Amino acid sequence: MLRFVLRRVLLTIPVLLGIVFVVFALARLLPGDPCVAALQERATPAQCAVFNARYGLDQPIPAQFWIYLTDLSHGDLGNSISQSRPVAEILIERLPVTIELTLFALTLATLFGITLGVISASRRNSAVDVGTMVGANIGVSTPVFVLGLILIWIFAVLLKNTPFVLPPGGRLTAGVDVTPLAESWGLTGLQGPLRTVVDFVSNMYVVNSLITGQWGALGDAIRHLILPAVALATIPLSIIARITRSSLLDELGHDYIRTARAKGLGERGVILRHGLRNAILPVVTVIGLSLGGLLAGAVLTESIFGLSGIGKMISDGVFGRDYAVVQGLTLVTAVIYVTVNLVVDISYAFLDPRIRLQ
Amino acid sequence: MSALPPVVLPTENGPAARPTSLWTDTRRNILRQRVAQVGLLLLGMLLVVAIAAPLLATNDPNAPVGINEGLKANQRGPCIHLLGCAPDRPQHLFGIDRNGRDVYSRVIYGARVSLLVGIATVGFAIVLGSLLGSVAGYAGGWLDNLIMRLMDVLLAFPSLILAIAMVTVLGPGLVNAALAIGIVAIPVYARVMRASVLSIKEREFVVASRALGESSRGLLLRRILPNALTPLIVVGTLGIAGAILDVAALSFLGLGAQPPLAEWGSMIGQDRNQLFSDPHLIIVPGIALSLSVLGFNLLGDGLRDALDPRLNR
Repeated sequence: MLRFVLRRVLLTIPVLLGIVFVVFALARLLPGDPCVAALQERATPAQCAVFNARYGLDQPIPAQFWIYLTDLSHGDLGNSISQSRPVAEILIERLPVTIELTLFALTLATLFGITLGVISASRRNSAVDVGTMVGANIGVSTPVFVLGLILIWIFAVLLKNTPFVLPPGGRLTAGVDVTPLAESWGLTGLQGPLRTVVDFVSNMYVVNSLITGQWGALGDAIRHLILPAVALATIPLSIIARITRSSLLDELGHDYIRTARAKGLGERGVILRHGLRNAILPVVTVIGLSLGGLLAGAVLTESIFGLSGIGKMISDGVFGRDYAVVQGLTLVTAVIYVTVNLVVDISYAFLDPRIRLQ
Repeated sequence: MSALPPVVLPTENGPAARPTSLWTDTRRNILRQRVAQVGLLLLGMLLVVAIAAPLLATNDPNAPVGINEGLKANQRGPCIHLLGCAPDRPQHLFGIDRNGRDVYSRVIYGARVSLLVGIATVGFAIVLGSLLGSVAGYAGGWLDNLIMRLMDVLLAFPSLILAIAMVTVLGPGLVNAALAIGIVAIPVYARVMRASVLSIKEREFVVASRALGESSRGLLLRRILPNALTPLIVVGTLGIAGAILDVAALSFLGLGAQPPLAEWGSMIGQDRNQLFSDPHLIIVPGIALSLSVLGFNLLGDGLRDALDPRLNR
């Protein structure tokens, strides 16, 4: 078991190095002088000499890559030119928003996806099944940004004067505030990495208001999350529903299912305890893979709903020609994606003893 | 001794004797599936609209007709005479946009862009991907390792985000956006191709050709590639759906098609702030986009079922 985990972790290292190299290479492929790109009008020859020496741009490419790696190992992702501060700092500020959104969306997609998939498979060819599969086909074919805008139109415009009205964007209604954790716990004097962690968690409004019992703010934060999360969750939800259905149908055709039925087990037990348990592996794979789509979708969702997460930061970075931001965030999202899929791979070993024994 | 029933052998020119080719089988299988039929219908419509755009469009997609016609800001909505729109107001099936352009005509012309971009992007990715994949699968060894590890790295990025980073380098524009989406898609086809090549290269007919002295290139191009195409077609069809979505997403963000080009994603992106006053500006191109993507998705699913011999009834 330990050997399996270790091997899987070691295999990830070259991929991570490769990711760093691709991101590094992309930055070097930027047209024009990196010094001019970063400093813009301040790029005098003297300034550029200092800049080039600072970032090792006067050295050969392999040495530059080494410098980049060393900087990364210190958590240095470069500096944002539009905000004149380290990318890592902005990242820590913005990441909680994206994590909150993607986790909420992933939870919706997993819960509803598996439920719908199981219902479809157990009532094959019924109206529910056909409806779910037609819906799933339409779901995977609807772009996040179209769905997001249409949801805003329905819930913020058409249902304006009904109880179903939902806010068209932002994280909280004006006037509603979530007290930072450092303040509620009387830790305002706290400094250093621990403070960073506290602030990180406190910027996830739902988590923050939940643990400190700010119920009004919690309700408001959730109401603001519903539309973006639904828009973001629709594509993975459809994919999960489809894969659950087909995987479960495959499984239900096996002999042991007939045996389970023959011994008088109820249909619910047959499907949930025998069928689904064996059918879940491909579903878990798809859940892990759908995180890539969620992170990419977050760029669009955050831009539509005005959420200041890392997705919004990437698209802003592109327009502000803030390459360090785009580069840093591309790297971070890829690393998150790889790590999650590593965890998914390792979780197989727990879900399926056959893999553990190999 | 009882007489045996007469055995009717299929004759050479009788219908029962004709062996059916993979393509005949596939065509028949596809036409048997309702899902694929709907997909083909949608794509047929898309193709007709794209080809006949100048005939179907009522206006120049880039001309600010609404302004010339003196329409005011509150008259941008659809105006269809048959449905009771005042006859003295000029007819615009899907209304006009913020710049006074006829949305119907723009959506019609948008079909050309999306169809072309989707097919070109995937075509590019398939050519490069299958080249890399077949070389990796056929050669094996360090070359295989080198190519596939590189592909693994590209696959490790969330594809749209890598494409955004590439467009930052290449500069915004439809061609660059399509190029970025195409590059990001290469590993998918490389993997599919490599797997097919690996499974085919040890088959008897390939070994026989090699024994007969066929060159490596001949083996790869004439024996292996044609037999490895099936999965590529399926993945490619589904890939077109993804490519259309991704290019539209880049255009929505302003990184792809640039105004005034009538592209669905950029139409939605340009007029997204009109959502509250003129929702038709988002909904109409949005539906067009979804239907096209749906068409390719359904056809891809249908093809997969049709080409998979295990599912044959």
